[in-house]
Amino acid sequence: MSPAVATAARADRALNEALLRYVLRLGDTSLVLGQRLGEWVGHAPTLEEDLGLANLALDLIGQARLLLTYAGEIEGRERDEDALAYLRDAPEFFNLALAEQPNGDFGCTIVRQWLLDAWQLEIYAGLQESTDSRLAAIAAKALKETRYHYRFSSGWLVRLGDGTAESHERVQRAVDQLWRFTSELFAPDEVDERMASAGIAPSLSTAEVRWSAHMDEDLRAATLKRPAAQPYPWHGKRGVHTEHLGYVLAEMQHLQRTYPGARW
Amino acid sequence: MSDAGKTPVAAEWPLFEVFIRSRAGLEHKHVGSLHAADARMAVEHARDVYTRRQEGVSIWVVRSADVIASDPEEADALFEPARDKVYRHPTFYVIPEEVKNL
Repeated sequence: MSPAVATAARADRALNEALLRYVLRLGDTSLVLGQRLGEWVGHAPTLEEDLGLANLALDLIGQARLLLTYAGEIEGRERDEDALAYLRDAPEFFNLALAEQPNGDFGCTIVRQWLLDAWQLEIYAGLQESTDSRLAAIAAKALKETRYHYRFSSGWLVRLGDGTAESHERVQRAVDQLWRFTSELFAPDEVDERMASAGIAPSLSTAEVRWSAHMDEDLRAATLKRPAAQPYPWHGKRGVHTEHLGYVLAEMQHLQRTYPGARW
Repeated sequence: MSDAGKTPVAAEWPLFEVFIRSRAGLEHKHVGSLHAADARMAVEHARDVYTRRQEGVSIWVVRSADVIASDPEEADALFEPARDKVYRHPTFYVIPEEVKNL
């Protein structure tokens, strides 16, 4: 192999690894958030909300299936969506730390959902133009779902924020508690930069400006205060998680870990 | 939840009637009712409850309180008189031979 070819091959490999990591981040974020929403089934405040949250969960798990299947193909180690979802441990998950935060009360679930819906909205919109046609196709499908998710969560945010004194106080508390996890959403690392320069993923700084405008608009309508930006010690997208992810995975993976290969 | 002893939330939410258009060009049909805090939530609930299996392309919701209904007590007065007027059905009439294109 000539030095030039070897250099090109190395560059290809590096790009491929970054793409794998990027797709896992997207897929894991959808999967973990979907799993969290699934915990509400049978417990939501009303039958209609129960169905509504389950619908969001199913959309997110559908996105995770497409993304993890693609990740498995990029990786080329014969791991399919199930192997990636059920047989990896927490440090090998690259979801945003916000997605794994506990449901808390209904307001807390809504705030987590709203923050991530608005994030997905910008990421999927940008990915529609991706030079990676597979990601572009997945994003086009996911974007339609995400528009509805955002409509649902922002509607509830306003309803609770501008609702009773108690709902206002609870949802403001949730915003204050979860805001520190939002720095990670738009803090680019080498994977994000490589993806953006290859035209595969949108620039996070552009996405952040639009996301931030949505935040301000919705918070104003909900009569809520925007907390100050805070530095964050979590790097979910690098596999460094809060203590909560382990419990999510224990529940989600229990069956496959106990009865490997079980089917029904 | 800590709502024990209180009136269930759903009981305080108004009732909405839901109408779904199954395909473009067809009429909206009444499919059921649900509780929601406001009109926007009613549309979202209708979407989540009644269009999960591609049942529709359009949703109408109407506050049940805004529906003006006939009184069941008056059913005889309203509907009985139509019973013996069979000539109001087109099938009552014999079409003459000469009429070709009807």
